[in-house]
Amino acid sequence: MHSRGYLWQRRIRETLTYFLLIFFALIFVYPIFLMIVSAFKSTREIFADPFGLPAVWRIENFVAVWSRARFNIYFVNSIVVTLVSTISVLLLSSLAAFALSRYKFRLNNFLYIFFLAGIMIPIRLGILPLFVLMRKLNLLNTHWSLILTYVASGMPMSVFLLTGFFKTIPKDLEYSARIDGCSDLRIFYQIMLPLVRPGLATVAMVNSIPWWNDFFFPLLYIQVDRLKTIPLGMTLFFGQYMTDWSLLFAGMVISSIPLLIMYLAMSKQFISGLTAGALKG
Amino acid sequence: MAKRWAQKHIYLFFLLPGLLIYVLFMVYPLTSAIGYSLYSWDGMVKGVFQGLENFKVVLTQNPYNIRFWSAFRHNWIFFGITFLLQSTLGLFFATLFTREKKGYNLLQAAYFAPYTLSMVVVGFLWLLLLNPTWGPFNKGLRLIGLGHHAKSWLGQTGTALYSIVFVNAWRWLGFPILVFKAGLQGISDEYYEAAKVDGANAWQAFIRVTLPLVLPNIGMVTILTFIWIFNTFDLVFIMQGSSGNPYYSTDLLGTFFYRTAFGDSTTGGEPGQTGIASAIAVLMFLIISFVSYFGIRSLRKSEVEY
Repeated sequence: MHSRGYLWQRRIRETLTYFLLIFFALIFVYPIFLMIVSAFKSTREIFADPFGLPAVWRIENFVAVWSRARFNIYFVNSIVVTLVSTISVLLLSSLAAFALSRYKFRLNNFLYIFFLAGIMIPIRLGILPLFVLMRKLNLLNTHWSLILTYVASGMPMSVFLLTGFFKTIPKDLEYSARIDGCSDLRIFYQIMLPLVRPGLATVAMVNSIPWWNDFFFPLLYIQVDRLKTIPLGMTLFFGQYMTDWSLLFAGMVISSIPLLIMYLAMSKQFISGLTAGALKG
Repeated sequence: MAKRWAQKHIYLFFLLPGLLIYVLFMVYPLTSAIGYSLYSWDGMVKGVFQGLENFKVVLTQNPYNIRFWSAFRHNWIFFGITFLLQSTLGLFFATLFTREKKGYNLLQAAYFAPYTLSMVVVGFLWLLLLNPTWGPFNKGLRLIGLGHHAKSWLGQTGTALYSIVFVNAWRWLGFPILVFKAGLQGISDEYYEAAKVDGANAWQAFIRVTLPLVLPNIGMVTILTFIWIFNTFDLVFIMQGSSGNPYYSTDLLGTFFYRTAFGDSTTGGEPGQTGIASAIAVLMFLIISFVSYFGIRSLRKSEVEY
């Protein structure tokens, strides 16, 4: 059965498959590669020789973008907003999920569904009332407007994911802790939280990446330059340096590098974290 | 007494902070958008109740109706092409990647890499790559002898929308591949062996066994894609401005809503129309809920058990 011809056929097919996969991989990766390489060239070189490697690797492009285009400020702002939002959503959603999964009360199921209802609805559709609300609360042009919006919109998916994780923990663990005289709060943070650590990691990832990359809410909430986050700062910077491509590419690289490095370093967790939300929904 | 009550209702202390923020900054804005759409507005000052007048304006009054229906059509084109790409190419690559041969992990990581870039970076990157005179894309076409196909991809009404759709697909496709792959890996080998015993060839096995079993994943990704595309805004705003240049040919419901709500900075600052914009938001909400409700319902029905 397994004649020579059959084996040959198989080998050819396998090689072709590799070629096909590599060809498409290049389509996905080459533009990113081009972005990184161009960031080290002078604008003249980008125009004259777009595909070659830089004759001289110009680090000064990055230095110029970092200070001249105020990326140092945008970077810190992005970190502050993303970090505070992520920590808040972790705290609030794990507390809520703990209550929903470990206590029996009348509205339990209703509240769970109430949280879940928000998963499919894009919060952007409520931007007008949200904008008016933020103005009334005097929160426009503060990072709080972003943080509150992010935390509120992150609650549904986070509560959903964490409730699932909490439900897998056996009840006995809680009972024995209670008999030992543990308070509810201590049961939560000393026994339960460490056990749902993978869930917390997923929640942190699912939320923080879109927040780091978000452009819509900063565009509407933040007018003051020193409070802008990277994606919003980028648009400003693009308007200013439209013809200076080497700086534009350097700016794009700076704003993408944190996530790209994170992705290269832990692509498995990254991927499973991001798909978790979609798969469980 | 109070202490005992507190002890008994301790879950409330766990629940309330998160619930409060969720209600105040998500549920309340989303529900009051409906209220907003029923009033007349002067800028951001509420006027009188006027029923469905704003909806009538959006759906029947020039230029709103023209813009609305053209954006609506663009959203469907956007969704249709993305759906086709991910359910053919995406599923195809996912099937290949489940074989887990040498190097496949690395290749798969490459397919997913653009997904880590922000929409703003993706938009600007392709704006430069597709630049008609200096962009590497046209230069590359000339280099491989296809120079006659080089054109201003984003500057012509005939190609702009499709260019945007492909840029979006470039960033997005890695995600469906991963979700499909996870679904494919969940299929037990027994089914394939049974199919083989029954004399099915590879294609028959794919149609009869694989496809029905990954249908829930395909359906889920389709619904997510739909929701995402029907409130997308960033890519068009970055690449084509808030009025979806050229000549509104890349205008989406998201940009149309933004323009109507916050004024059009690109055409000299028309003021925002809060009432009409809210009506657009409510219509978008209805489209999204309608499609995802029926999508999820038919998904539940189609789930097969062997």
